[in-house]
Amino acid sequence: MMKKINLNVNDKHYAIEVDIKESLLDVLRDRLHLTGVKQGCSVGECGACTVLIDGTPYNSCIYLAMWADGKKITTIEGIEKDGQLSKVQQAFVDEGAIQCGYCTPGLVMTTTALVESGKKYSDEEIKREISGHFCRCTGYQKIFNAVKKSLDE
Amino acid sequence: MFSINHILEPKTLKEAILYYDENPKLKVIAGGTDVLIHLHHGKLEDVELLSLRKINHLDEVKLQEDGTIVIGAMTTFSTLFRDKIINQYISILAEASVSMGGPQIRNIATIGGNICNGAVSADSAPSLFTLNAILRLESKKGVRMIPIQDFYEGPGKVKLLQGEILTHILITEDNYHEMKGKYIKFSNRKAMDIAMLSVAVTGQVEDEVFKDLRIALGVSAPVPVRCSKAEDYAVGKECSEETIKKIGELALSNARPRNSWRGSKPYRQHLINVLTQRAIKEIVFKGGGKDDEKN
Ligand SMILES: Cc1cc2nc3c(=O)[nH]c(=O)nc-3n(C[C@H](O)[C@H](O)[C@H](O)COP(=O)(O)OP(=O)(O)OC[C@H]3O[C@@H](n4cnc5c(N)ncnc54)[C@H](O)[C@@H]3O)c2cc1C
Ligand code: FES
Ligand code: FES
Repeated sequence: MMKKINLNVNDKHYAIEVDIKESLLDVLRDRLHLTGVKQGCSVGECGACTVLIDGTPYNSCIYLAMWADGKKITTIEGIEKDGQLSKVQQAFVDEGAIQCGYCTPGLVMTTTALVESGKKYSDEEIKREISGHFCRCTGYQKIFNAVKKSLDE
Repeated sequence: MFSINHILEPKTLKEAILYYDENPKLKVIAGGTDVLIHLHHGKLEDVELLSLRKINHLDEVKLQEDGTIVIGAMTTFSTLFRDKIINQYISILAEASVSMGGPQIRNIATIGGNICNGAVSADSAPSLFTLNAILRLESKKGVRMIPIQDFYEGPGKVKLLQGEILTHILITEDNYHEMKGKYIKFSNRKAMDIAMLSVAVTGQVEDEVFKDLRIALGVSAPVPVRCSKAEDYAVGKECSEETIKKIGELALSNARPRNSWRGSKPYRQHLINVLTQRAIKEIVFKGGGKDDEKN
């Protein structure tokens, strides 16, 4: 069964038909070719597929595409401005928080939401807020440093 | 692709109940963090979904005039964790909420889905058991209010009658007034892990005596359980090290833990004893008892 949905992805408006069987991840990657959204586990465990929906991080692999009707989606492709890396992206680069890079887009999205919340986070809270992301390369310390740096100032 | 044949998205509860009555084969979906996983693994197939996501006002926490806290079934764990009413009156549920999954899961997983999924490890269950939570279930036949203790039937099984939807969870004032609570989730990882064992304690300490004490365990039997023997023993006793030790031992008498890859039966038994004591000590501490004075 198909369903017509309207959604805003990275400030671009789309009116598309999606299959009710599809996840938002399927649609973002296969239809809109936003392959910066990564598919890891497909079952909500790894966070690689994290995107912001109305500013809140969700795992797009377990979010039905049709639920995105009327929503504003932000993916990693949507956060650089005029060819400039965002503060969060730059912090990940500067801190050497990226090895293979597979977990990076998801982590950058979650961190972006933390920055945009305008709240302060203790070290423990930072760890809690990024705990929905698996990284199989870095050992997390550099990621933690990058998040902390993103939240500085 | 999920094996979904059809999905209904009613905008009101009334409409949802009518759809469900007409077609009892519909599979209710809330946040989907259990349903979509089951579909992904092929445990569910060719489903017709009844989504509760478009129904307004089912995701709110309210304090009624009579002091009853009413939690909409569609309230997410992120909301519960941050909610003012929850944090002020039943902080144990905020503790339980933030212990489940990770942030992205908590942003969508609902308390109603957690209860109706019936997992022995459901992180909301032990706290709600100690708060004597009442479930409000609604079908075309009418409304049913049942204590959460009577809702669990077996692993993954709950007593939802045909066409019934869980709409709200109620906690009356006498079940939280002057009470302190502590939830301890024991798992291999601190986040994104299912409990190996969990303990919730809600109680009231007055003049260093247990005026009321409720203990509930998760992953300790086929369903979450209350430790009635230990509770009965505790009430009226002085909250001494010795009493607490005895309560820990007695907590085992209502438990039937099993061996699983997450933890062996003897280890779980050990945890029940130790974690029950630890949670009680937290209450005594929060409640202004002995430990408090020492500090
Ligand atoms: C990565 C991951 C980590 C997880 N970690 C934890 C954890 O740490 N602790 C934990 O307890 N759980 C955990 N879970 C399990 C799951 O997230 C929870 O059980 C969650 O609360 C389910 O809520 P939901 O809204 O997503 O439910 P859904 O998947 O939408 O529904 C769950 C079940 O309840 C039924 N249902 C839902 N709402 C209603 C209603 N109002 N009335 C009648 N029936 C209803 C559905 O038909 C279904 O059978 C995890 C899941 C994932 C994917
Ligand atoms: S791919 Fe979505 S959480 Fe792993
Ligand atoms: S950098 Fe490789 S998974 Fe994180």
